[in-house]
Amino acid sequence: MDTSLEITLTVNGERVTRRVAARQHLVDFLREELELTGSHAGCEHGVCGACTLRVDGQIVRGCLMLAVQADGARVDTIEGLSDSGAIAELQKAFVERNALQCGFCTPGMLVAAADLVERNPMASRAQIREHLSGNFCRCTGYHAIVDAVESACRAVAGRKP
Amino acid sequence: MSLSELDRPNSYIGRSVPRPNARKLAEGRGQFTDDIRLPRMAHVAFLRSPYAHARIVRIDTAKAAQSPGVFRVVTGREMAKVCTPWVGVLAHLKGMKSAPQHPIAVERACWQGEAVCAVVAQTRAQAEDALPLIDIEWQELPAITDAAAAAVPGSPAIHPELGDNICFQRELTVGEVDAAFKGADVVVEETYVTGRHTGVCLEPRSILADFNPADRQLTVYHSTQAPHMMQNVFAKHLGLPDTNVRVICRDVGGSFGIKVHTYADEVATCALAVMLKRPVKFVADRLESFVTDIHARDHVVKGRIAVSKEGEIKAFEIDDLTGIGPYSVYPRTSGIEANQVVNLIGGPYKHKNYRARARVVFQNKNVMCQYRAVGHPIACAVTEGLVDLAAQKLGMDPAEIRRRNLIADDAYPYTAATGLVFESLSHHKSLDKLLAMMDYKALRADQASLRKKGIHRGIGLASFIEVTNPSAMFYGVGGARISAQDGCTIRLDPSGVITCSIGVTEQGQGTEAIVAQVAATSVGVPLERVRVITGDTEITPYGGGTWASRGAGIGGEATLQAGAALRANILIVAGVMLQADPATLDIREAKIVDAATGSERMPLEELGRVAYFRPDTLPKDLKPELMVTRHYVQKDYAFVFTNGMQASYLEVDTETGFVKLLNHWAVEDCGTVINPQLVDEQVRGGVVQGIGAALYEECVYDAQGQMRNANMADYLVPMMVEMPDIQVAHVVTPTRSSALGAKGAGEAGTAGAPAAVMNAINDALLPFGARVASQPFTPEAILKALAKV
Repeated sequence: MDTSLEITLTVNGERVTRRVAARQHLVDFLREELELTGSHAGCEHGVCGACTLRVDGQIVRGCLMLAVQADGARVDTIEGLSDSGAIAELQKAFVERNALQCGFCTPGMLVAAADLVERNPMASRAQIREHLSGNFCRCTGYHAIVDAVESACRAVAGRKP
Repeated sequence: MSLSELDRPNSYIGRSVPRPNARKLAEGRGQFTDDIRLPRMAHVAFLRSPYAHARIVRIDTAKAAQSPGVFRVVTGREMAKVCTPWVGVLAHLKGMKSAPQHPIAVERACWQGEAVCAVVAQTRAQAEDALPLIDIEWQELPAITDAAAAAVPGSPAIHPELGDNICFQRELTVGEVDAAFKGADVVVEETYVTGRHTGVCLEPRSILADFNPADRQLTVYHSTQAPHMMQNVFAKHLGLPDTNVRVICRDVGGSFGIKVHTYADEVATCALAVMLKRPVKFVADRLESFVTDIHARDHVVKGRIAVSKEGEIKAFEIDDLTGIGPYSVYPRTSGIEANQVVNLIGGPYKHKNYRARARVVFQNKNVMCQYRAVGHPIACAVTEGLVDLAAQKLGMDPAEIRRRNLIADDAYPYTAATGLVFESLSHHKSLDKLLAMMDYKALRADQASLRKKGIHRGIGLASFIEVTNPSAMFYGVGGARISAQDGCTIRLDPSGVITCSIGVTEQGQGTEAIVAQVAATSVGVPLERVRVITGDTEITPYGGGTWASRGAGIGGEATLQAGAALRANILIVAGVMLQADPATLDIREAKIVDAATGSERMPLEELGRVAYFRPDTLPKDLKPELMVTRHYVQKDYAFVFTNGMQASYLEVDTETGFVKLLNHWAVEDCGTVINPQLVDEQVRGGVVQGIGAALYEECVYDAQGQMRNANMADYLVPMMVEMPDIQVAHVVTPTRSSALGAKGAGEAGTAGAPAAVMNAINDALLPFGARVASQPFTPEAILKALAKV
């Protein structure tokens, strides 16, 4: 039985059409079909946050969404967000503050953090910790990530009239 | 004002500069093993034993072999024809024994999760589709899961040919232990449990093996800490010369000791590449990671301490029992941790009497082996728990009892009760710094006033010693082909760029950054002029890799020496070109300058241009050697010990048993600090791993040997919202065993955090006469201690 379906979606601004297995997760589709390997599969059951992506502007877990569910959607991955400069300030803060070590959680962490920076640039350290509490990082102990997100938040807040 | 070393041009030692490789990781443009795809690449999935102990009566793979996309189904018996088993023992751990372990179980599975059959298919999903089609008849055998029961003489042996379940046993008696206990004013004892937990690297174990049958060359892309060790392991058991195996290690998504061992399924993947003559990839999924990544700790230590009424520690005595699963892990063995516990108990203190016994026993659970801070958190929790108990009984402040017993800062070199030699430690400076940083007196006052309001806060201290910069005494003397030395090859490229290749490896701790910093400093170039290559057995000098806090201390020193040699060679060429005595020249900012005045004579790229492209203009007898290699091995001590001290401040909710971490302080002495920011972040990350063990993490097994929480929803790890900010400070006591003076820092956080947290919880529970000693200290455990459940 053929359970594949054709989907058309916009990934990082490019329109793509593919025939995909109905069971394929969005993160596997991005990694295996489109070779966008910046989104990482850390647990494949929605706990670790390494596969965090933007779908139609909302942050989602790429391992909890099927590729076919993204038919017609706009998907932004770490590669697209890097190229567009959308999260450049946050990335710079992460690098300067060494808020990443092995870098495996980092794309998902940045996508999740960018959501907070955009929505609540006055977030307190406690709010930053709360917002990112669904993203596992085994290396840093989180302190540096909180510092980096805090500084990116304040930079954005400082620009707002 | 005098200039410090840091004011010299290109002086990067001691400077917090960003890591050169961080940018690509922040853009998702690293290359982890699973990101690599090769032509004709196949994927393997493993059928894993559902039983902790069972005989494989019969396997029928015919149906699975017909499943869509399947290339081949391979049993253990078939694989045994191309791959030999291994035995994880070391000769210097006297009497150690283990049984041969195959890449795929041949006739018996010894733990839940052991691979018993492999399916290779076009996609991972297709390989997994075929797994349930394998028809396997099992005969379940009694599972021996409890380590204490397994150790009892006469209990059934998991490997009957070994006679019993004792893998390794060590006993040590120093001084007059019985007399010390008999004559002590205070003797306290407790049984400390460090639970079985695991690494949970966010990038699962990953390997991609490719075999070219024409030249019998095996190329392995591997997420590993020790490429040369793995080259030897794969070659040896597949019957290939070492040099026919190339291990390439690109970005590694966390390791912490998890990725420094031989895994049966990874060797099996290499064997499958050989058998199928095509690339085969294996990436552990999270569920199989929990039952196959090495587990760690699982120690039950009975300990007691003898103390005089003045608070002087007279003796320690401990009995450690650890369960290691059915096989000692190859080639580092599963006996090292217990050995370390014996070595490290009481380490910071002046006592002279010590008795220890450690027993390492087989059981039908997943294998156990070395994980970040091997043995240290166990020894630290036992030592520091006992010291706090003694202080309580004496009515002495925990800081004061430590001050009275820590080895004096001017007592070095110092031979500890264990016989280990400490080059130079700084316990008292560290204690003073810690107490000042946390404002200990004010904190005690706060604690007392809050207690009156029914708020129960605790302060916990933990001092520790730490093994770093290991010599060949760690593994090499035991017969393991694990290098204690590392080499750095450094060259001047024609463009004036310095390229280093080195045997130590990067897993995110910043190895490549510190190598670049040392090289830039040593040669005299800006940091952006240095490139670092790691993780390729074909390219880098032979080396041990990164483990046991050796990257900076060993790899950094090799780099320093190589850089100095290259610099000298460059100046010889420059002297000829400039008609000057090389001693009057210097390299600064990638330029040859006049040493006295600093005035520029020639950029390095001009020297490179002439040396590489116009050597005809140089004298006939001048042979520019613009690429040099230097090796370094630490031979002065078995290990270069470091020390540190931590404190935890927390609040216990005595109604719910929940612990809220309020603050954590760490003082670390890792000798010369190459990059303060990287060291601080290593300490912070390590502290949180230690907190994970203390409060959350546990591989929960039932009596049948089934792991009951083998997924990320049920196995709890520290997440951002529960963690405190962590304050880090340093005392700097450089080692004289190297010119660089750097010691390790990567494991310190994990070594001390569990003890600090435990002591803080017990400090909070003191008014209730309650205490905890079994990690993890879950809310349930705390309520039990309070007799509320």
